[in-house]
Amino acid sequence: MSLDATNELGAQPRRNVSELQQSGKIKPVPFRGGGFVHSRHRFIAPILFVVLVILWEIGSQTGFISNIALPAPSEAAGAMSDLFETGMIWNHLSASLYRLVVGWSLGSLIGVFVGLAIALFSLVRAGVSPFISALFPIPKIALLPLFIIWFGIGEGSKVATILFGVFFPTVIATYGGVDNVDRNLIRMGQSFGLSWISIVRKIIIPGALPAILSGFRISASIAIILLVAAEMIGAEFGIGAYILMAGALFATDQLIAGVAMLSVLGLTVGWLISRAEHMLLSWRA
Amino acid sequence: MELILDHVNHSYGDVEVLNDISLSVGSGEIVCIVGPSGCGKSTLLRILGGLEKPDAGAALIAGDPPADSLNPLTYVFQDFALLPWRTVEGNISLVLEDHSVRKDKARAIITDVLARTKLSEFANAWPRQLSGGMKQRVAIARALSVNPAVMLMDEPLSALDSQTRELLMDDLIELWGQVGFSACYITHNLAEAVRLGHRIVMLSRRPGKIREIVDIDIPLNERINHPAETAAIQRRLWEAMRDEARAADRELSDVA
Ligand SMILES: Nc1ncnc2c1ncn2[C@@H]1O[C@H](COP(=O)(O)OP(=O)(O)O)[C@@H](O)[C@H]1O
Ligand SMILES: [Mg+2]
Repeated sequence: MSLDATNELGAQPRRNVSELQQSGKIKPVPFRGGGFVHSRHRFIAPILFVVLVILWEIGSQTGFISNIALPAPSEAAGAMSDLFETGMIWNHLSASLYRLVVGWSLGSLIGVFVGLAIALFSLVRAGVSPFISALFPIPKIALLPLFIIWFGIGEGSKVATILFGVFFPTVIATYGGVDNVDRNLIRMGQSFGLSWISIVRKIIIPGALPAILSGFRISASIAIILLVAAEMIGAEFGIGAYILMAGALFATDQLIAGVAMLSVLGLTVGWLISRAEHMLLSWRA
Repeated sequence: MELILDHVNHSYGDVEVLNDISLSVGSGEIVCIVGPSGCGKSTLLRILGGLEKPDAGAALIAGDPPADSLNPLTYVFQDFALLPWRTVEGNISLVLEDHSVRKDKARAIITDVLARTKLSEFANAWPRQLSGGMKQRVAIARALSVNPAVMLMDEPLSALDSQTRELLMDDLIELWGQVGFSACYITHNLAEAVRLGHRIVMLSRRPGKIREIVDIDIPLNERINHPAETAAIQRRLWEAMRDEARAADRELSDVA
């Protein structure tokens, strides 16, 4: 084949395209990609939230939404500002935060330790993990009466409920995380003569950290649920007690205010954990 | 110091993996071990470095390792085994910390090995930012930092593309010219073995027996100028290995 011939062959498609374009017998290959990709829209959620609240307010003002079924946002805001004026919000918030922080921290701390022990020592795993599996599915709120007998009606029983609720998922997240640490990395540590404690501290725990932190995310929401439940049974102060009292009086504006507090609490906790992930797992990018 | 395997046999359950293997890695010597996949090369290396106990026979050390050797038998792994949560520098300091080499001394060692492996600019990079070839360079730097008497390298270049492999082979030869390390170098790639090995030990298919030992006298840095001789050795090795490899390929196995 001569060079000219190849040239001609090479040029052929281009000539055809222009011919076909003129004749109108040509169309682009239909595009089928795209979609299924997340792009960031930072302002959509706040705007949507504000729009919904405005619509709700308008609905309530015009009587489209019955005041008995749902109070207007402005009424809920009024209940909220009452809380601030009387200073009661600090009583409720501090009581709730105390229980949440103490219960969650202790539960997480003990949970991580027990999880590590289960993952690292086969004797502990054989002995303890069946109990964990058996106790994990029990709704801890069902044990509250027992906790009241054991730890008293005061703070003890509430903190204990949260502590136990947080403990089990933390244990499971921790030992699952350790089990998933790349064995080759551990072999590497051994082959360089690292001590057992160094392998645990520098290879196993950092390797399990992503799983532990996502466990924290779950245990924190469990803690908030249990907090409210425990406060609904025999507490003077606390967000749960406030909501229960509002419900009993059918003060729906206060009820909505209480629920809003819980939502803010949950968002704050989620944000804190995101910060922690960002700081501790920066290597993942 | 000399590292010796003395009549080693090993089985996993009923599967006999190694059969009466004896070999030795002398000071400053690179011994390449080739063999079809699944013949027990990695097992042999694990036994050689004390990560596994053989059923019979023993791995032995003759003579004392150099006094300044922190970890006489040091591995370089096929999958690099870098900690993703430590930077390049951090990955190297990891193995120094436990030998109580700290601060200035550690810094001096890290700077030195990074320079030797051409990684100086990447001291603060994360492993995820590095290409495969760079990751293996970091792993080699880490191995050099503990001043090993023998490096145990398990298919160190097999996860890399062929161009990167060529580059790293050149680097290893240059490095050997500088430090004269000893190594037991496992590969299934005969071209690598012929480029890097002072001695090539060929194993049969499983159970791995020593099939052939070839000494190559051409100095490492001159091999590139003797393409005919090296090609002839490589062809001879391939003739010997082809049937083993074909048979190994047709064997049923539960482990990949
Ligand atoms: N931990 C193990 N348990 C059971 N069998 C194993 C184990 N490690 C390797 N084997 C088996 O031993 C044989 C040799 O494995 P290996 O040493 O990894 O071979 P190579 O590195 O030469 O490909 C293979 O058939 C493999 O299935
Ligand atoms: Mg192998």
